[in-house]
Amino acid sequence: MTVTEQAGPAAPEAAHGDGHGHVTNTGLSNEKLAMWTFLGSECLLFGALISAYFLYRGKSTSGPTPEEIYDIPFTSVSSFVLLMSSLTMVLALAAIQRGDHRRLRVWLMATALLGATFIAGQVYEFTSFIREGLTIKTNLFGSSFFVLTGFHGVHVTLGIVMLLSLWNLSLRGKLPREKSEVVEIAGLYWHFVDVVWIVIFTVIYLIPT
Amino acid sequence: MSSGVADTAKDLETHDGHDGEHDAHAGHPTEAQYVKIALFLAVVTGIEVGLYYTSFSEVATNVTLLVLAGVKFVVVAAYFMHLKFDHPIVRRLFITGFVLACFCYVAYLVTLGVFL
Repeated sequence: MTVTEQAGPAAPEAAHGDGHGHVTNTGLSNEKLAMWTFLGSECLLFGALISAYFLYRGKSTSGPTPEEIYDIPFTSVSSFVLLMSSLTMVLALAAIQRGDHRRLRVWLMATALLGATFIAGQVYEFTSFIREGLTIKTNLFGSSFFVLTGFHGVHVTLGIVMLLSLWNLSLRGKLPREKSEVVEIAGLYWHFVDVVWIVIFTVIYLIPT
Repeated sequence: MSSGVADTAKDLETHDGHDGEHDAHAGHPTEAQYVKIALFLAVVTGIEVGLYYTSFSEVATNVTLLVLAGVKFVVVAAYFMHLKFDHPIVRRLFITGFVLACFCYVAYLVTLGVFL
């Protein structure tokens, strides 16, 4: 039940200064609460995929093995790029919260480009692995690796689509300061994708079998 | 469990959606602080990669790598996702989900003998 409903029809629905939709009895907008709930379910999804990787770790009967094909310097640079995209995302949110739409678009585009750079790196990594004989069907390592990192890559790609949509809305003047929570919610998704990669980078790439 | 429900009820009594949101925005880090946090994360990533190439004890290296990943995870969630400044319900929702997921999958992997 919303506060508006509790207070009766006379209560102003847009009482919230930032225009985050109607005010709920939790003090949070339904959209934001839904995004956090969704992110909680995503913990379970990626937890399952990382667990599957651990389960099959070192059990491949044929190569290539992780030690033979991982390019740690290259993946480290990709990780750094994704980490910095979280900075540009939070700067985009700060920009819209103070009504600076030009900087909002600059930081949104920067975040999308950094995300696209990460995806380009992943495509390069996948193609080089395939050239070296590792496909999703080669062995248990290939199956669990491609499914885990592929799912993450799809999430990053969806995030880029979200960012470009927000950039387009802002360019057309349809993303006023009052709707800053839309950027915040997209940012939550983007930062979550980043924290998932923080875990993947350490447990999949850096910790040896 | 009951204390959690009581805490939530207390939050609902004390947290006004309108003012609380503005207070939360006011408490967020400045842009300069965000840049400093990102630099800290970059340095930690550099240390992680450096550790990968060291020849210390494998167990010590792995534990350190996990701790550093945990630090990065917490910093991004607390500052970039504003979990530190946001409504306590959000914090509890995410932390509970995350801890339950970790517990569930670690129990699953231990049952299957992955860590033995």
